[in-house]
Amino acid sequence: MSAHDPLERARELTEAAIGGDRRALARLLTAVENRTPVAEAALRTLYPMAGRAHLVGITGPPGAGKSTLVAALIAEVRAKGRPVGVVAVDPSSPITGGALLGDRVRMQSYASDRDVFIRSMAARGHAGGLASTSAAAAAVLDACGFDLVLLETVGTGQSEVEVAAAADTTVVLEAPEMGDEVQAIKAGLLEVADIVVVNKGDRPGAQRTASQLRAMLVAVARVGTSDRGHHGAAVPSEIDVHDAAGPQAASSPPSDRPRPKQPEVLVTTATTGEGIAELLASLDRHRAAGRGGGASAARLARAEAQVWAILGDRTRAELHAADRRDGTLAVLQAVADHELDPFTAVDRLLTSLRG
Amino acid sequence: MTDRPLKVLIAKPGLDGHDRGAKVLARGLRDEGFEVVYTGLRQTPEMVATAALQEDVDVVGLSILSGAHMTLVPRVTKLLREEGLDDVLVVVGGIIPDDDAAELRAAGVAGIFGPGTTIAEVAEFLRTSARPRA
Repeated sequence: MSAHDPLERARELTEAAIGGDRRALARLLTAVENRTPVAEAALRTLYPMAGRAHLVGITGPPGAGKSTLVAALIAEVRAKGRPVGVVAVDPSSPITGGALLGDRVRMQSYASDRDVFIRSMAARGHAGGLASTSAAAAAVLDACGFDLVLLETVGTGQSEVEVAAAADTTVVLEAPEMGDEVQAIKAGLLEVADIVVVNKGDRPGAQRTASQLRAMLVAVARVGTSDRGHHGAAVPSEIDVHDAAGPQAASSPPSDRPRPKQPEVLVTTATTGEGIAELLASLDRHRAAGRGGGASAARLARAEAQVWAILGDRTRAELHAADRRDGTLAVLQAVADHELDPFTAVDRLLTSLRG
Repeated sequence: MTDRPLKVLIAKPGLDGHDRGAKVLARGLRDEGFEVVYTGLRQTPEMVATAALQEDVDVVGLSILSGAHMTLVPRVTKLLREEGLDDVLVVVGGIIPDDDAAELRAAGVAGIFGPGTTIAEVAEFLRTSARPRA
């Protein structure tokens, strides 16, 4: 490891990681997390090799069983011989910047299995359920041959929907008796679910919760779209598990307004593995349906999020470069003093970039 | 970036079920600004080494109250070396007799913390001893 040149270091790590060196993969992920020049150079090489994996987001409130469900899914996937990568995010302290990453506690049974790679990440101040670098970390695992990548979010509330853009398929976990039918029709997290899982299926009320969710999510989605076929057809902006492969899918007229998803509602007991095979089958169906073009919206959203983030960083760096720094600070100060409105300020900054 | 948080793995290898100390330390180091990966009870040395590798931690902290430290700790440090993780700082906490300390240090342990150690002491030791990595 003598190379200090980031390009050289990135080339070494990338080659080794692609060749199956897990330590190199881990170091690449650290570079990605810390947004180093090595990470940028590595991602330039790795990104074109990614895009093959199925990226599955697992989200839901704290304690619903996300980590346990991920562990159960790992077991199911490994029984079929497929490699699986996990990116598990826990919150960072807004006070100290520290974090307690505890998702691995449930996933420690795969220590000697080289085809399971689990990485914990701290959110590091990023709101929305993931870390700002989670999507890039998933891309690295994807490029290194992990055919399935599970993205576990922090415990979420009602509106951390970012995972839907980061994943091809979004699984929202609910625990039994967590809310009534009105909770199920509120806007937010449940809207982005491709699959809703009621976990802790051995608890009283699990089936009833699932029935309520089915009634409110699936039935409402169907009656609410009168211009669809007899039970709905997929449009490019979403994935319909049941109908996407059907003949109506292609002939359905495009609409400007995104339509509600019709998520499948499943019941699992992650601690015993009950229902996990059905969940994996549902994920695979969703993946196959997405290959028909349905996942393009999620992929475009992901591309957009990544490109805008980098564009923002670069723009800021350009505006703080030595030759522009004073001008930029003067404009910012003028806004702070209310001498300039923020819109005119941006006009001036953009002009200075063009100059 | 030099101001990134240090990443610490806290694990309890072996069979004793007393994890209060490990949890308190994990929480305390969180409050000291570390990113702490907590893997819980009954870890095999292989689990510890794999977690250290995949998480690319700067520090591995082992909590052992069972008396099995002379068996478990050298196995963990050996596995870490075999995985190429010889630059990871290994520290041990628990009930470790003074007579065992020299041998543990020879096996690659950088710090040994017994009852009465404050979290601030551990944090300070880790900050000054862990080698920052790219």
